[in-house]
Amino acid sequence: MPRRTMIEAIRDAMDVSMERDEKVVVFGEDVGFFGGVFRCTQGLQAKYGKSRCFDAPINESGIVGSAIGMAAYGLKPCVEIQFADYMYPAYDQLTQEAARLRYRSNGDFTCPIVVRMPTGGGIFGGQTHSQSPEALFTHVSGLKTVVPSNPHDAKGLLIAAIEDPDPVIFLEPKRLYNGPFDGHHERPVTPWSKHELGEVADGHYTVPLGKAAIRRAGSAVTVLAYGTMVYVAQAAAEETGIDAEIIDLRTLLPLDLDTIVASVKKTGRCVVVHEATLTSGFGAELVALVQENCFYHLEAPVARVAGWDTPYPHAQEWDYFPGPARVGRALTETLEA
Amino acid sequence: MADAGMLRFHVPEPEVRPGGTPDFSNVTIAAAGSVPRPEIDVDPRIIRDMAFSIIRVLNRAGEAVGPWAGLLSDEELLEGLRHMMTLRTFDARMQMAQRQGKTSFYMQHLGEEAVSCAFRKALAPGDMNFPTYRQAGLLIADGYPMVTMMNQIYSNEADPLKGRQLPIMYSSKEHGFFSISGNLATQYIQAVGWAMASAISNDSRIAAAWIGDGSTAESDFHSALVFASTYKAPVVLNVVNNQWAISTFQGIARGGSGTFAARGLGFGIPALRVDGNDYLAVHAVAKWAAERARSNLGPTLVEYVTYRAGAHSSSDDPSAYRPKTESDAWPLGDPVVRLKNHLIRLGVWSEERHKQAEAEILDTVIAAQKEAESHGTLHAGGKPSTRDMFEGLYAEMPPHLRRQRQQAGV
Repeated sequence: MPRRTMIEAIRDAMDVSMERDEKVVVFGEDVGFFGGVFRCTQGLQAKYGKSRCFDAPINESGIVGSAIGMAAYGLKPCVEIQFADYMYPAYDQLTQEAARLRYRSNGDFTCPIVVRMPTGGGIFGGQTHSQSPEALFTHVSGLKTVVPSNPHDAKGLLIAAIEDPDPVIFLEPKRLYNGPFDGHHERPVTPWSKHELGEVADGHYTVPLGKAAIRRAGSAVTVLAYGTMVYVAQAAAEETGIDAEIIDLRTLLPLDLDTIVASVKKTGRCVVVHEATLTSGFGAELVALVQENCFYHLEAPVARVAGWDTPYPHAQEWDYFPGPARVGRALTETLEA
Repeated sequence: MADAGMLRFHVPEPEVRPGGTPDFSNVTIAAAGSVPRPEIDVDPRIIRDMAFSIIRVLNRAGEAVGPWAGLLSDEELLEGLRHMMTLRTFDARMQMAQRQGKTSFYMQHLGEEAVSCAFRKALAPGDMNFPTYRQAGLLIADGYPMVTMMNQIYSNEADPLKGRQLPIMYSSKEHGFFSISGNLATQYIQAVGWAMASAISNDSRIAAAWIGDGSTAESDFHSALVFASTYKAPVVLNVVNNQWAISTFQGIARGGSGTFAARGLGFGIPALRVDGNDYLAVHAVAKWAAERARSNLGPTLVEYVTYRAGAHSSSDDPSAYRPKTESDAWPLGDPVVRLKNHLIRLGVWSEERHKQAEAEILDTVIAAQKEAESHGTLHAGGKPSTRDMFEGLYAEMPPHLRRQRQQAGV
């Protein structure tokens, strides 16, 4: 099976979707002729023409707002916000319009759009190239929120998102674009070509939204993670020797609660890990759900490892990023509790 | 440098406040028939002046004059009058229903009936409007059932939106009326996107965007103009300038710009300004802009100069911020009266027939209201089910909502 980077897998997902359905259109800033600042749309304009893949003005509200109008017409726009940090001007359109269109019109109009946005830190991106705003989407009724962690899932989830009849926020951890990253910034990065999840089948396949994946089976503690933190958690488990069960949530909303609950009931312990800031982050929802659903099986408080409650700094990148040492400490403390 | 002393902060003020005498001497009004009618493929640079004038067809004597006249038959004009009278009567009854506690909220169109009623007749089947909350004339003029509108206003068991939406936030794809949102200006850029989609699909349908004077200050107004200009989208960009955004006079949104139409010029979008209380002028300009869009010539911005004669909403008291008699002083008059006088002048209408029509329309509206109320009102009778609250958010209900619905016992 061919191996692809996450960038290539994402591009392939759009290629496959555009090939199969002429209603799929792709646009955003620098997305057309240039092929995107991360190369995720390279070649699509040449292959499908400027009516299907085109450059947009630098106007996030305009990109999402026009996509909503296109979806109301009957197209399936898959648009790009260059960095998740720049989605805020489009937040009104995403939360008040895309999310509510089906509901408020009782299905008279629907909004099958996908909004792709590179997310996360670990790249010296500073305050506005590192944010993880997923909690701002999971709090919005009517949106679906997806975060892939590898090329295979990225392609399958993106095709599923494009085919989904409702608006999907598709957060792409840019730190994982070229290879998995476990937080060990001092080591050279291995490319996806050397990783089994870099195997990406040609053609059409989907990874269903709302289904988590168990990345490492274990019995001592359940780790709930997504995006880059999946690899950080794996490194932490190996380095501490703790038999952690690592769940890659993949879709944050709708959430695969069954897989989470089954695991925590088995292990009796749970650590939630994300890059986003701690307070009112998505981790709080996960902790609440675990507590509600697994209370009598819990043998320790559910722990959270997250970004600090500060803007994402530049120089202090590795003091901020929740790396394997911090996750490892949380695993140890949870086992000792 | 003459006076480089302390800076002074500028806040625009309307000419007159409550207690003062209404004064519209600052509103420059071109004589009916005086503004030329260019070809639809005119070079936008040649017609820049039109963004600062006012296209008018009906003169003070009730005659249709000038190059924008002559598009509508007597029958079409009589139908237009009926639509405007129906909307006005509908408004009056629903305003009263709100006061009677049958619904929580209502917004009237008083004085602006010509804008949406006449515009609708310039569109073709399949075209899509992206309205604000003050264009119900688009529905009335397209024959959307009044009973259905009332069912929505009453949030009753027959409400097509299942009680989820605030009154008057209608939605009808079938009638080319996009779902209304409470968030201002959001639909303006969506209309442009819809038009882009039509062009991408090599369709022949066009979109119409709607916004009020106050909401032009929203970012999405700018987004829409940028996208419409960039992609030459087949869209008519309507700005209904009724002088007021709740209590805020239009100068707060317009600032030093000559007109709202002039906003289009910086984007290379041809812009027309029209007498919004002149049914014939609104229709003629709408037709011109729609033909331009349909001929792949791109967007047109149209400013309708009108006056919000009623309160902003059933929750508003305009006497707190503007003279009570200001609407009487409005120089462009009343759209219903002006079309009525024109039809009388044509010899196809009379005061007597007008009175008769008023009575007939009132009967029709009351009959519709009775039927709607048989399905319930907000606080009495039939209502949407609690189950409807959970349905329809996603195409398929996700597990967490299913759990919540069970918790709610439905």
